[in-house]
This record gives sequence, C-alpha cells and structure tokens, in this order.
Amino acid sequence: MVKFAHLIPLFPFAAFAVNILFGRRLKKASALVSIGASVAALAIAVMAYIGNAFGGEGSYTVGRWISFNGFALDFGVIIDPLSCMMLLVVTVVGTLIQVYSIGYMHDDKRYSRFFAYMSLFMGSMLGLLLSDNFVMLYIFWEGVGLCSYLLISFWFERPAAARAGMKAFITTRIGDTGLLIGILLLFFTTKTLYFKDLAGLGINDATLTVIALLIFCGAVGKSAQFPLHVWLPDAMEGPTPVSALIHAATMVAAGVYLVARTYGLFLTQHTSLIWVAYIGAITALMAATIATVNNDIKRILAYSTISQLGFMMLALGVGGYEGGTFHLMTHAFFKALLFLCAGSVIHAVHTQDIFKMGGLLGKMKATGWTFIIGGLAIAGVPPFSGFWSKDEILSEILKGGHPVLFGVAALTSLLTAFYMFRLIFVVLFGKPRSELHAHESPAVMTVPLCILAAFAAFAGFFRPVKFEFLTMGVSIAISLTGIGAAYVFYILDNKLLPASLRSRFAFLYKLVSNKYYVDEIYGALIIRPCMRLADIASGFDSKVVDGAVNMAAYLSLTAGKVQSWFDLYIVDGIVNMTANVTWLCSAILRRFQTGFVQNYILIAFFGLAIMIFIKLIGGR
Amino acid sequence: MIPQSHFLILGAALFAIGLYGALTRRTAIGILMSIELILNAANINLITFNKFLGGPDGLGQVFALFVMAIAAASAVIGLVLVIAVYRNMKTIFTENMNIMKW
Amino acid sequence: MPFPLLSSIIFLPLLAGLLILFIPKGRTGIIKGVATAATGITLLFTVFMVTGFDYNNTLMQFSEKLSWIPQVNINYHLGVDGISIGLVFLTALLGFLACIGSFGIKERQKEYYFLYLLLNTGMLGTFLSLDLFLFYVFWELVLVPMYFLIGIWGGPRREYAAIKFFIYTLAGSVAMLLSILALYFTSQPHTFNMLELAAAGSAFAKSFQIMVFVGFYLGFAIKVPVFPFHTWLPDAHVEAPTPISVLLAGVLLKMGGYGFFRISFPILKDAAIYFALPFAILGLINIVYGAFVAMAQTDFKKMVAYSSVSHMGFVMLGLASMTVTGFNGALMQMFNHGIITGGMFLLVGVIYDRAHTRDLDKFGGLGAKMPVYAGVLVVFTLASLGLPGLSGFVSEFMSLMGGFTAFRTITIISVLGIVITAGYFLYMIQRVLLGPLNAAWAGIADINKRELFTLVPLMVVTVAIGIYPLIILNYQSPAITELVRQIGGLLL
Repeated sequence: MVKFAHLIPLFPFAAFAVNILFGRRLKKASALVSIGASVAALAIAVMAYIGNAFGGEGSYTVGRWISFNGFALDFGVIIDPLSCMMLLVVTVVGTLIQVYSIGYMHDDKRYSRFFAYMSLFMGSMLGLLLSDNFVMLYIFWEGVGLCSYLLISFWFERPAAARAGMKAFITTRIGDTGLLIGILLLFFTTKTLYFKDLAGLGINDATLTVIALLIFCGAVGKSAQFPLHVWLPDAMEGPTPVSALIHAATMVAAGVYLVARTYGLFLTQHTSLIWVAYIGAITALMAATIATVNNDIKRILAYSTISQLGFMMLALGVGGYEGGTFHLMTHAFFKALLFLCAGSVIHAVHTQDIFKMGGLLGKMKATGWTFIIGGLAIAGVPPFSGFWSKDEILSEILKGGHPVLFGVAALTSLLTAFYMFRLIFVVLFGKPRSELHAHESPAVMTVPLCILAAFAAFAGFFRPVKFEFLTMGVSIAISLTGIGAAYVFYILDNKLLPASLRSRFAFLYKLVSNKYYVDEIYGALIIRPCMRLADIASGFDSKVVDGAVNMAAYLSLTAGKVQSWFDLYIVDGIVNMTANVTWLCSAILRRFQTGFVQNYILIAFFGLAIMIFIKLIGGR
Repeated sequence: MIPQSHFLILGAALFAIGLYGALTRRTAIGILMSIELILNAANINLITFNKFLGGPDGLGQVFALFVMAIAAASAVIGLVLVIAVYRNMKTIFTENMNIMKW
Repeated sequence: MPFPLLSSIIFLPLLAGLLILFIPKGRTGIIKGVATAATGITLLFTVFMVTGFDYNNTLMQFSEKLSWIPQVNINYHLGVDGISIGLVFLTALLGFLACIGSFGIKERQKEYYFLYLLLNTGMLGTFLSLDLFLFYVFWELVLVPMYFLIGIWGGPRREYAAIKFFIYTLAGSVAMLLSILALYFTSQPHTFNMLELAAAGSAFAKSFQIMVFVGFYLGFAIKVPVFPFHTWLPDAHVEAPTPISVLLAGVLLKMGGYGFFRISFPILKDAAIYFALPFAILGLINIVYGAFVAMAQTDFKKMVAYSSVSHMGFVMLGLASMTVTGFNGALMQMFNHGIITGGMFLLVGVIYDRAHTRDLDKFGGLGAKMPVYAGVLVVFTLASLGLPGLSGFVSEFMSLMGGFTAFRTITIISVLGIVITAGYFLYMIQRVLLGPLNAAWAGIADINKRELFTLVPLMVVTVAIGIYPLIILNYQSPAITELVRQIGGLLL
C-alpha cells in the first residue's frame, strides 16, 4: 500500500526551510520553490487518494517520537476518505492561492518571507490532516496557529495587523488549552492517544463527555465558533491570499476536521454532540446577521466564513457527518474563490469599503463572473456546489428531528443568500460610487480564479447526488428569496428600504453592527482584568515579596547598626577609656619632665628642704 | 680664735650662692662655675668639721684636696662638653639644648 | 588509571583562568583566546563524555574517587549519570557560547575572564560531584565569581543586585550546610557520599527527614527560584552583563533543580512524598504568578527573568508528581529552559548593545530593520511559550502529563498559565518587532556574525529536541526510571 503519504507535508516544510534560509538570494524564485513543493504535495496527495479509493484504508506508522519507561508514542499517518479529501482540498486550494499570490504580492518587500510562511502553513495543515494521534495533531495544530499569527501580522508595520495577529494566536490558544487539557484527561482516563481507539471507549460516560467538550474547545478556537470567533474578522488585516488560504479554506477547517476526526468519541457522547450542534447554530446565525450589515468586503466574507463553519458544526452536531464534511470541502473551494475575487477587487481599487465600489463587473470581467459563481455557490443555487452540501445538511437536520435547529439553519441560509448578493450587487452592479480606476488583474491571478470557479461550480458532483425533493425545494426557495431581497434592496430601491428598516429596528441594527459587543465584553471582562491582575501581581511582587526581602535586609542592617553602635561606644568604649585615663595621667606627669637639669635640682633641693623640715619637726 | 659658726656660715653662704647660681644661670659655663662654688663650700665644711670635731689631723684637708682634683677634672669634662655643644649648636644656653628631648 | 575525563572537564577552565593571571593586562586578544579555547575544549570533553556514555546503564559512569580528608571520610568523588549528563553538557555549551558572547565586554578583561572561568569550574563541579562536602564547596565556589561579575561589570544598580544575590543564596546555602551536617552525623557510618546516603535513605526517621528536607529546600528553592524566594532573580538578571545573565538563567537556576533530583528526593524519600502537594502548589504559583508578573514588565530583561520563574514552575510541578513522566519532563524542562532562556538573554543583549535601553515601550517596528534578529527572536519566543515542534513544548507537556496523574486541578490551572505566557511573549514581540518603525532606531544594525554564531547552536538544539525529543530522553529516562523506582513513585 501507499507508504509515502508522510512525504506530503515534508515538501512544503522543505520549501519553507529553503525560502527562510536563502530567500533573499532567491528573490522572486522563492515563489516557484513554494509552488513546486505544493505541486509535489498535490501529486502525492492525488496518489494517496487513488490508492485509498482502490485499496481501502492505508494508515501506517512512520516512527517513534517519544518513549520512556514503557510509554511510547508513535507517529503515524492516517489515510482514510476524510483525510484524503482534505489533503486534496488543501493542496489544490493552496497551490492555486500561491499562484495567485505571485500577482498579488508582486511588489512586496518581504516576498520570499511570505512564500516561506505560506509553505510552512501548508506543511502544518497537511501534517495535521495526516496525524493519527492527538499529540501529533496538537503539534501541527499549533503550527497552523503560529502560521496564522505570522501571516496575519505579515504587514506588521500596521499596528492593526500586529494586534490582529496577536489576537488570533491568543484567542485560538485559549481553545487549544482546552484541547490540551482534553488530551491529558483522555490519556489518563483511557491510556490512549490514537484516534482509531476513540470509538470504542464507552457510551455516555461523564468523563468522556467532558473530554469531548474539551476537544471541542480546541475546535471552537480554531474554527472561530462562538464565543471564540472574535479573532477571525480582525484577521482580515493580513494579505488577502492569506485570508483565502487560512481563514476560509483550510486553517479554520481544522476545527471542523478535528471534530470529524474524533467523531467516534462525539457519537458515543450525546451531550457533547448537542453542544456542538447548538454552538454551531448560534455561531451560524450570529455571524450571518453581522455579515448583513457590515460594509468591509473582507469582513463580510470573514463573517460569512464563521457562519458557514457554524453550519458545518451544526451538521456534525446533529449527526450529519457526511453533510458536514461535504460542506467543508465545497466551502473550501467557493470561499477561497470569493476571497481571491475580493483580493482581486481590492488589488484593483485599493479600498475595502463596498459602498465605495460599484459597477465593477464591466471593468473586471473574469473577477466579476467568478465572483458571481462563488456567490451562487454559497447562496445554494443549483447546480453549484454549495447547493448540494447545504441541502444535505438541511435534510440531515430535519432527519435528526431538530425543528428549532432547522429553523436556525434555514434562516441562516436566507441571510447568507441575502448578504452575499448584497455584496455582489453593491460591488459589481450599479454605478461606481467613487473615483476608482479599476482594471482587471493579471492572468496569474485570474487563472486561479477560473480554476477555483470551476471547482466551486462542480465540486457538488464529486459525490453521488442524493435527491430529496422536499428539502431541495425549500432550500431553493430560501436562496431565491434571499437573492430576491438583496435585489430589491440594492438594485431596485437603492437607498430607501434599507434605511427605513434600519431606523425601524434601530436597537437591533446597532447591536448587530457592533458585532453584539463581544469584543467590548471580552475587553471589559477578560483582557483588562488580566492586565490589571498582571499589574497587581507585579506590584505585589516588587512591594510585598521583594519588600519582605528588602525589609529583612533593612532589619538586619538596622540591627547591625545598633550592635555596631553598642560595639563602638560600649564595648570598645571601655577599652578606649582605659587608654584615655592612662593618657590623661601621663599628660599630667609629663609636665614635670622638662629636661632642664636646673628644674630637677630645684625640685631636689626643695624636696630635701621639705624632708629636713619634716625631720626637724618630727625629731622634736 | 674664730668660732666654728663663722666657718659654717661662710660655707653655707658659699653653698647658697653656688646653688642659686646653678639654678639661675642660663649658660652652661655659669652653671659649671656655680657648681665649683658649691664644691668649695663643701671643702670649707670638710676642713672646718675636721678641725673642730677632733678627727685625725689632715683628714679633712685630704678630702678637700680630693674634691678639688675631682672638681678640676669634672670642670674639664664639662667645658669640653660645652665646647662640643657650642661647636655643633652655636649656643651655650641650656634651654636651647633640647634635641634629645621628647 | 583511565584518563580523568570529569576532572579535566571541571578543572580545565580553572587552569586556564590561572594562566590568564600570568598574561599581561593589555594582551586582551590572548586572554580572550585562552578563555575561548578553554571553554571550547571543555565543551569538546563533554561531547566525548556524552558519546562515551552508556545510557542503558543507570549507575554512575566515568567515576573518580580519591580520598581527600580521610579523617572525616570526605572523598573527592565525581561521576555522571543520566540525570547530570544533560546539565553538564548544557553548562559546557552555554559556557562556551557565553564566552564568545563576552567579547563585547571592554573593561578589566583579565579579571573578567579569570572570574568567568572560575565560575565555569564551580558550575561544572556542582553537577559532577557525588560527595556532599565537595558539592557544597563547588556550590559556594559559584557564588564568589558571580558576585564580582555582577558587582563589577553589571548595570547601574549592580552593587545592590550583587549583594542581594550573594546574601540571599548564602542564606540558603547555610541551611543546606546544616542539613548536610545533619545527614553526616546521622548516617552510620558517617558519610558525605550521596550514593551511600541514598541507599541508606530509608533508615532515617520521617521527622528527621522532614527537617533535613526543609534545610535543603531553602538552599535549592532559592536557586531555582521558587516563590516567594524569587525576587533576587529579576534584580540579578537585569543588572548582570549579558553573558552572565545567560549563565545565571541557563545554569545557576538548574543547580537548585538538580539538587532536588540528586539529593533531596533520593535521600529523603519520605519527606519528598510528604511535601509533594506543597511542591505542586508552589509550582502552580510559579507558573501563573510568574506569568502575570512578566506580563506587567516593561523592561525586556526583567520580563525574560520573570518568564524564567514561570518556566521553572514546570520543574516543580513535574517533581511534585513523583512519576516517571513528570520527572522526565522536569529534568528536560531544566535543559530546555537553559537553552531557550540562554538564547533569550543573548538576544536581549544584542538589542541592548545597540539601543542602550531595554524598555519595551521604546522599541517598535524593529522587524523591518533587523529581519534576521527578528527571525531568531521569534523562534526563541515561540520555543519559550511552548509551541509544539520546539523543545519547550515537549518538556512542558511531559511535566503536565506527570502533574496530571497526581494533581489534576492544579495541573489544569497551570495549563491556563500557558495562555498568559503566550500573551506576554506575543505582547513583547508586538512592542519590539511589530508596528511602525520607531524613528529613533532608523539606523540600527542587524545582528552580526559573532552574535549569530552564539545563537545558532542553541536554535539547532531547540528545534532538534522539539522535533525528535528522544535524543535527550534516551539519556535521561533510564536513570529517571531507576530514581522513581528507588523513591517509590509511580512508574507512569
């Protein structure tokens, strides 16, 4: 069987190493290095896919990573339909985006660095897909997070970009912490870290439910689900190809992939599955509502991504494994397409505000039409790919017996069609709203767009089509309603209707356009208290802990001073007094010692005289 | 016959003059001379007591001669010292001779 | 008689130091050459030691034993096993790199290199001696040159920092000395031999063990440093010249942890079990509290210093777990922390040499001006915040795994400390490298070849261990397993 799948991530890693070490000498050739590696990875992924399709599952062990005292952890590669599909998606989308980047980043001063990071990202993502155990997955998982940090803050001269990168890394790391605890707990409960053992662990066990939820925490962070979704819109500060690669097609897919990969665990723990469904539903609806009122082309797409990921989680949560993973694939294609189209537009007009654009379809034919294909795909219009996957999800929700969730999903679909065509109508149709000198992008950018558009259009047929006419009808009706509403709002009646709605639901509008104040709430509840705690801890450290040390030193010093005073004036004082008294006596006696013989004689004479006098008196 | 007390008064007077001179002279030579006077006063007393207290004849005179000889010798040494000091220090005043004082 | 490899390792720096005393003051080139050659050859010897080391053998290897003061049964007894070998290699490596890093020092070079080499002898001796008396001698020997190195070549508050360091550590050492004497007089026959004491350890009464343990604890905890004995560390680190900070963080802190491994735990088993919970709690405090305090720092070096406090918490946590996993993690964390933090201090030194400030708020946008420096700094930062694929992750993960077996809640809270760690390190990166370029540093030069030369080996080690941790685990794990078996911990 195929024993070369582990080479897939090695190519991009090698490209990363080459570009980071020799990037400055390679200059523009660094793009070719990265793309070459991606193509090689793609080729092997295709081989693995074919091998898997014809030869069944082909998981195997690569080597031992860690071992001590009987505990051993082997790194292996997991080859099954899910990983093969994702490998293909990531390599195809990744390669196309890298080609596109040649055009988009052509005059960037850190050109080779960009491609190095792109390769590192590709490698980490591919490694993540191939991992057969939690530790290995966690390693690549963090690697992906690192790349998102590096790439989001790629234009680090812009403070917003630097902040966004940090926010992305830390927010996802909060989720990762949950994942890490989940992994530890899993290991100590079940003594296994391999995915293949997950299904048979036990049903509805309280500890296993907790483990599943903790693992889901990681997915929530990476896939930008509520409440950890805040990083993704800000991540749009990165270059657009990055947004396409990381924040649409692949990195955020890692969360969904994780849930899909550990689905055996979730399936046996029903409580955790319900959580997945509801978190997904909340996210899907919330992000969709925000997307309808945002005016930044990339942020609309970002919220759309969050919403669609929520959709996938919802699907997985109601037991729709097929639908969820299918949508993961189709979404990767059409969202990458949409982002690259948006990038092409931004490249042409140098603004991200959709209300400064307009009528671009005439000037940018390729970009415009592929954009429309992407829009149709995400809105769920047949026969484009999004229709099939979305339809499958809807029918699975219905089958699972969750009317409320179905309502949420339907509403989200409606909103999706609406905001997407709001975007398309405003940007591509109508009249230009400001002085823009739009021009079509070079072929190196449009060709990937066309290829991706083909995928977005026809990826729905990669799997045997299932016809369920009831949900299909509902789904088509929803999409068309959304598109129709957008048409009414933004083509027919350009200003009045949205404005009147806005004023009627002023509170709601304010809430939604401020993204439900989630960022503000986090700022007030988490970040600022954290910083304050840090300050308090630091103050405590320097005042109390170090203060105690210095106090001890001060007290010893004072004690020392007292003793030294005692020593100086009492103990040494006695010694000195003895000396002083002696000195005083001698000072008096010294007076007699004049050195003049005459004085001595005088004294001797008077002494003699006194002695004689006494003798005379005493003799009497 | 001159009574004994006259000799003794003379000796005492001479001694007192010598003592006064020894105590008050500032020059080394003056002190030497005064010491000679004291010695001579002692000589007078020696001879007087020999004469009047009835010792063997001539004993006091012999003592006096001894004293005179020693006085001459000591005067010589004293003068030599004074001259040596004078050569080195250009002074014969005793209060200036203090280089060995503490 | 075989070649006395360990003695050579210990005393080669000292001999070179004495040689330097005979070189005229002005010949700084020769002085530097001798010092570098001595540390380099020492490193070479340790490489011989590592390659000649049989890691399946859990006994002491390359042993040397000579009678020194037979009247009180004191021996000159050296040996190396899986626990000390990593630290000896770390010491020699950092000693060599920091020596090259010292070339930037321009005042009183002769004295500097003499003291520097003396310091090296002390550190190596501490890790290699197997006689408590000898251990104590080397332990104290480290203090003296360190005091002068901080006090003479340090920053503006050097006298304060040096004296604080000296007195603080000395206070701990005195407690340790008492414990050493207590062990000596209680053991039958009286001995200072660590191995014999460990073998006889179960003979000591528990209350006696607890008292002795506390004495050792004071000595070691101050060195580690464990909260609340850590406040000498930021001061000493901040004031010490860069190469000395490297050794301070890279090696001196490890002496405390090594003491726990070599003395406290094997000899005083019952007390170690008795104190496991306090150890875990202190580890937790170190991790979380250190991280919070680091977050509030504006001085680059101080931030790294507090991050050391936080990282050493994982050592405490791993030790407290009394499991093979936890011990392995703790020992490996010491090695990794030495490598990573050593590199961090070198990096702080690089930027301080150019900017003459360490105030994080005064930098900004340096990533554009110093791309290579930025790359290296990012690698070390990521290693420090425990990014998988780099060495810090492996050891932290293993410490946590160990801790998890014994103290679930404490470990979970410790994991949260990792988020804070990520926070303050990225915040540092943002303030130093990212954002618009601060105009004051428009002319700043990128890292030079010599500085890069000191950092690349550390980076290689970090990446290598991160990717393939067995290269270090193979050495330490049999000895650790044996140790855990002896003290009756969990063989997990």
